[in-house]
Amino acid sequence: MKTRILGVVALLAVLAAAANALFVVPADLNQGDAQRIMYVHVPSAWLGYLSGGVTALAGIGYLWKRDLRLDAIALSAAEMGVMFTAFAIWGGMMWARPIWGVFWQWEDPRLTTTALLLALYAGYLLFRRLTDDPHRRAARAAVVGLVAAADIPIVHFSVEWWRGLHQGPTIGSPDKLLTPAAPSQFVIALLAMLGAFTLAWAWLMIRRYQLARIQWQLEEHGRLGRLSAARRAATSTSASVQASTEGAP
Amino acid sequence: MTGARADLAIAWAIARKDALSELRGRQAAGSTLFFAALVLLLFGFALGPDSRKLAEAAPGLLWLAIVFGGLLTVARLHQVETDDDALDQLARYPVDRRAIYLGKALAGLLAMAVLGGLLLPVVGIMYSVDLLAAGPGLLLTLLLGAIGFAAVGTLYAGVTVRMRAREVMLPLLMLPAIAPLLLAAVKATTAALAGDPLGEFWPWVQLLAGFDVIMLIAGGAGYGFLLEE
Repeated sequence: MKTRILGVVALLAVLAAAANALFVVPADLNQGDAQRIMYVHVPSAWLGYLSGGVTALAGIGYLWKRDLRLDAIALSAAEMGVMFTAFAIWGGMMWARPIWGVFWQWEDPRLTTTALLLALYAGYLLFRRLTDDPHRRAARAAVVGLVAAADIPIVHFSVEWWRGLHQGPTIGSPDKLLTPAAPSQFVIALLAMLGAFTLAWAWLMIRRYQLARIQWQLEEHGRLGRLSAARRAATSTSASVQASTEGAP
Repeated sequence: MTGARADLAIAWAIARKDALSELRGRQAAGSTLFFAALVLLLFGFALGPDSRKLAEAAPGLLWLAIVFGGLLTVARLHQVETDDDALDQLARYPVDRRAIYLGKALAGLLAMAVLGGLLLPVVGIMYSVDLLAAGPGLLLTLLLGAIGFAAVGTLYAGVTVRMRAREVMLPLLMLPAIAPLLLAAVKATTAALAGDPLGEFWPWVQLLAGFDVIMLIAGGAGYGFLLEE
């Protein structure tokens, strides 16, 4: 029930914040309506990184406590991370095409870092699918999530330098709008979207976690079923073997 | 022997065992080197025949060849342990897991350093790059790059060991993780080959060293959990 209330509140918040960002806040003087993409792009990117952090922390928690519920949290966060990161990159490309003239700008460190974040967590999810034993999967995935989280700051530094050692910063990056010079209307619209998206993320996380628990129970059920079926088969064959030896003269 | 020295001795023993088995089963290591050299040859077809363009791209191509050869190397070093369930025995030894990790990583480092060292002259000849002008900076970059690759590779080979589709999972997990290493190593190599006119060599080498330290710590901490199963 509480989760349902959270879901409704998140939906209303996203609708209200989106309506505000689309219709109330004026268009940017230089970038026009394309700038409005930022209102979904920045919250998506933030949730992508937040999810990465949650995956790593839940993984460490699993290695410490050996509780599969923590592994379910790590899985849920990794899926949220892939989804929101992909969304952030898609939005960024839609924004970059009219503003920079290209879909992809190698010199933008955030874009490059976020693309690697997506690759790391997509690999994490693919990896999970190929391991069956729940505890083995949880431990190995935790190690992968830990390395991914340790990698992201280094990736960010390296791509920052990659560009930094060559030429000046790219113009018109979205974060410029967050500087105090930006009109408060823009800042408030962005903060509202950040809050609304985070609420939606929290609701999705809870639902995904519940689903992961159900899936786990189903897996466990199937395993127990196979085990007892195998045991039945073993007893019946040994019984028939016994019967046939007894029947022989 | 005291704890740390005993651990180092164990790591060395494991690395020595791997090096010996690599030397005695020459085919596998030789094939990996041949494969990496072939990659360099094919890059020549893909980007050539403009030799100036090839010389310009040489550092990147060298490191891609090292990465592809290295993937096969770290996978093989763990494969030999699982073929006869030797990894289970290794895991049962009453020693610090970090020593086992360090030993496997050291074996990986040795194999990677040999691979990289042998690929250098191939690059020098095929892409007409003057390697001698670069001097020790190039070797330092190679060493630091090999350490980082072995640190990540050993951990991820342990993660994917005895797993379905590990041939594709290992590159899938490793390639994004070593992206900063590739970037820094290529930049440092380029700077070293050009005689470092912009003073870019040391920042990139420091980044490489930082990557190595972080990944060795992560590997030492994480590898033990993989052996517990």
